[in-house]
Order: sequence, then structure tokens, then C-alpha cells
Amino acid sequence: MTQFMTLSEAIATQVNDGDSLALEGFTHLIPFAAGHEIIRQQRKSLTLTRMTPDVIYDQLVGAGCVKKLVFSWGGNPGVGSLHRVRDAIEHAYPCPIETVEHSHAAMANAYEAGAAGLPMALFRGYVGSELPQANDDIAWVTCPFTGEELSAVPAIKPDVGIIHAQKADRAGNVLIEGIVGVQKEVVLASKRSIVTVEEIVDSLEATPNACVLPAWTIDVVAVVEGGAHPSYAHGYYPRDNNYYKQWDAISRDRDSFNQWLESHVFAKGDA
Amino acid sequence: MTVSGTTQYTPSEMMTVTAARALTSDMTCFVGIGLPSEAANVARMTHAPDVTLIYESGTVQTKPDILPLSIGDGELCESALTTVSVPEMFRYWLQGGHIDVGFLGTAQIDRFANLNTTVIAANHPESGKQGAHSYANPKVRLPGGGGAPEISTNAKEVFITVKHSKRTFVEQVDFVTTIGFGRDGKGRDNAPNIGKGPTVVITDLCILKPDANTKELVVTSLHPGVTREQVIEATGWEIKFAENLESTPAPSEKELIILRELKERTAKAHSA
Repeated sequence: MTQFMTLSEAIATQVNDGDSLALEGFTHLIPFAAGHEIIRQQRKSLTLTRMTPDVIYDQLVGAGCVKKLVFSWGGNPGVGSLHRVRDAIEHAYPCPIETVEHSHAAMANAYEAGAAGLPMALFRGYVGSELPQANDDIAWVTCPFTGEELSAVPAIKPDVGIIHAQKADRAGNVLIEGIVGVQKEVVLASKRSIVTVEEIVDSLEATPNACVLPAWTIDVVAVVEGGAHPSYAHGYYPRDNNYYKQWDAISRDRDSFNQWLESHVFAKGDA
Repeated sequence: MTVSGTTQYTPSEMMTVTAARALTSDMTCFVGIGLPSEAANVARMTHAPDVTLIYESGTVQTKPDILPLSIGDGELCESALTTVSVPEMFRYWLQGGHIDVGFLGTAQIDRFANLNTTVIAANHPESGKQGAHSYANPKVRLPGGGGAPEISTNAKEVFITVKHSKRTFVEQVDFVTTIGFGRDGKGRDNAPNIGKGPTVVITDLCILKPDANTKELVVTSLHPGVTREQVIEATGWEIKFAENLESTPAPSEKELIILRELKERTAKAHSA
């Protein structure tokens, strides 16, 4: 049964040091507020999985919460590099991080395999790419029917899956509309799940094919208005492109990042 | 460079308009962010109104009025016919064989159109480089492959658009993120169930196409005012030119107006 909690309670009860986590959202509905709460509660040695580790993972890595990053495209979309992630990879600051690098197709398939309860994902991928030489989690399997060589990657099954959504009803059923990314898959693939939502409503007023996660698939629902900012929530608020652009300067320098962390995450708690 | 009239144009505008012309209305195109997205939307707003544009965020048949800053911006979803999940996008639509053209950009490209968006200066076994850097300890860490590795093999063909310079057009890429034709040009031979790979590369100087036999990129058309020497100077290998070298038609007034208006709307929207 879904429990309703504050965000602070949700992170305190569901996320432990050393856990594997996936905070997902494909440009849209990125659970920034949940990420900031993880930083505030100073979780350590996390394994973070995400197709596009963008600014929220830059912040978690820069804050020293992360020991391993599993990803398929790491950048500040439309702006440039993730300077905190690069500093961790290139100079082990604030701590060294291990990386496991995939392609998008591999990770999308791996989440789907996780949701489907399979140990691995099978797909036609990585043909001619050198990524398999850089990642031991990429293997080849021969189709028993056609003889075609296909690539295989382990299913993604995080300890905790965290997503943001537009709304939940009073039973905890969740509606997601717009670009739905891999959010349904990550919730179904995870041992525990947290969904932050913009609001609780009496009725979801969902169309028959809207992306609804029934309450019984979710452990915790927490109301966090604006919980996806600076990403966007379709129907609620637009993407704050200026935040992403300004992040480049803030994250480039260790001191300016640490000042930002202090004033926007630890002191104010409302970043 | 400031250009006020429509008869004058910048090399970047020449590149975008030429890349746009590669698309036709009957194509289904899986669009990469940046230069490919700009070109694909100019195509849709000019000669190819019915071109089907698909982005990896799941938006199908999208018709954005401004260019997205990121691959999943709201504009793409709001103007799409439908939006599907990312696993569905890669499994059914791309791997399922429904994409005619994958339109990609890159950080490095080599003579066999292999693309590197992973690391610069990797001491990779197959790159033959011996230096202080490696995949795990790169000189520059780039964003990574994203959708490109499978777009390149699961789309029926691939168009590439990228600015022409020696830093980008290298003898051998430091890392093959995404295959063109492999490090020996034969990487697609005997690989079943994949597309034919890159068929055209459009830069701000010229158009290149793979040789039918060797798969090495050769210059087939020079943009107006560009010399062979300029292309040679901007290419990191001994570049070859086609025997019947063509001259790329200059952008039309209509193409330039539409491109400039698109960029103006985009800049205004993203600074708001």
C-alpha cells in the first residue's frame, strides 16, 4: 500500500548509504527536489543509474554522494559539460567515481528487462561500436533460431526508483503525461519506489491510455510542488532554460559550486 | 559575422540549408539534437512539409515552431502526433525498422565516417595511439553515445552534419562510439539486419559521400566560394575529391528567411 510522506521522511526511510538508485525523467519531470533532499541527508556511496545524468546528477556527484555512475549520455543538454561529473572522473574530486557507460538503447532495454523481471535485456545494438571494450556489462548472445549475434546487457533493478509526476489521487494512483521517458519502467523495476507529485487530487481525470502507475506498485508518494524544477512538468510549468545555462558557470568552479550547495541546498532547502 | 541581406549568407547557414535539402517529404527521420535538429526543421518548413521527425525522447511526427534546447523539451511533445515511452521508441520504432534516416552530429569523424562522442585522446588499443590518456583517464570527457550507436545501425541510412575542421575531421577517431564503416571500412560487411550506414556528410565547406567500394569519404561538392585547398587544410587525412566535383547551389532567399526566423524565434524563446 502506498504511504504518503513528506519528502524528508521518504528519503530518510527509503534511501540508505550504499544503495543503488535511479532518478529518472527524460528532460521532463526530473525529480530535482528528491535529489536535493538526498544531498541534504548526506547519503554516501550511492550507485546512481540514469540515461542522461544531467544537472541533478552533477549536483549529487559534486556533493560527494556517489561512488558509481551508470549512464548513456552525460551532459548539460544544449549547454555543454557536466563539470562536477568531469571533475570527479578526471581528478577524483570530491571523491573518485566509477563509471559504467552504455548507449541509450541499451539502458532503455535494460530498464524494460528490469520491469519484466528478466535477468538481462537482448537487443540489436553496439554493432561496430567500441563501447563493449570499455564496459564489461556488454556481452553477445547467439539467437538460437536465426544464428544472429545480438547484444545483451544486465537488467537494471535499482534498490530505489525515484520519479516525479503531475499528480496522484487520494489512494496514491499516479498520472504521468507528456514525455514519459522510462519512468514507468524504473518504478516497476525497483525494489522500492518514491514518486513526488505536484499535487494530490480527488480524481486523476485520466484518459484511458494515460500513463497511470497504480498505487500498489508504489511505496511512497510525497507532494512536492515544483519538484521537477528546473526541468518541467507538462501542464504545470515550463523548463527553466536559464537555470541550465547558468549552471555551467556555477559548476565550472569548485568554490562556486560549494557556495551554491551551501546556500541553495543546505541553508535554504528550497533549491 | 553579421548578415543583413538575404543574398549574403554565412558558412553555417550554407551548411544548415544544404543539410536540410538532403531530407524529402516522404522520409521518416530520427533527429539528433543541435545541427541535425536545425536542418531537419528547416527542411520541414521549406521543401519537405510532410517529413516525419522523430526525437529519441519519444515524440513522433513532431512539428516544433522553435528549436528545442534539449531533446525532450515541451515544444516537441506539444506539437507531436503522439509521444511514446523511450523503450518503445528504441525497440519498436528504431530497431523495428521504421526509420528511413538517422540524422547525426559528432565531435570527431574519420575517413570511414566513424563517429566519436565519447572521449578525446584515449589510448585505445585499436586507435594505435600511445600516450598518457586512456578511456578511463581521458584528455576530454565528451557526453557519450546517447542514441547514436543504434541510430547508425538500425536506421536505413545515416546523414551526418558537422562543422569542418582538423580537430573534427581526424585520421582515426580516438574512440568509435558509433560505427560509420569501421576502422578498415569493412565494418558493415557481413553484419546482418543493419542499415547501409552514412550516405552523406554535410559540412560548412562541402558535401562528402562514401566511395562505393572503399567506403572512404570523398568530397563530391564544394560550397560556393570554397576552394579545394580550404577543404584539404581543414581535414586531418589526405582527402580525395570526386572526378566530377560539383558546386553546391547557394541558399535561396526563402530558405535563408525561414532559417533566420526560426533561429530568431528560438533565441527569443530560450532567453525568456
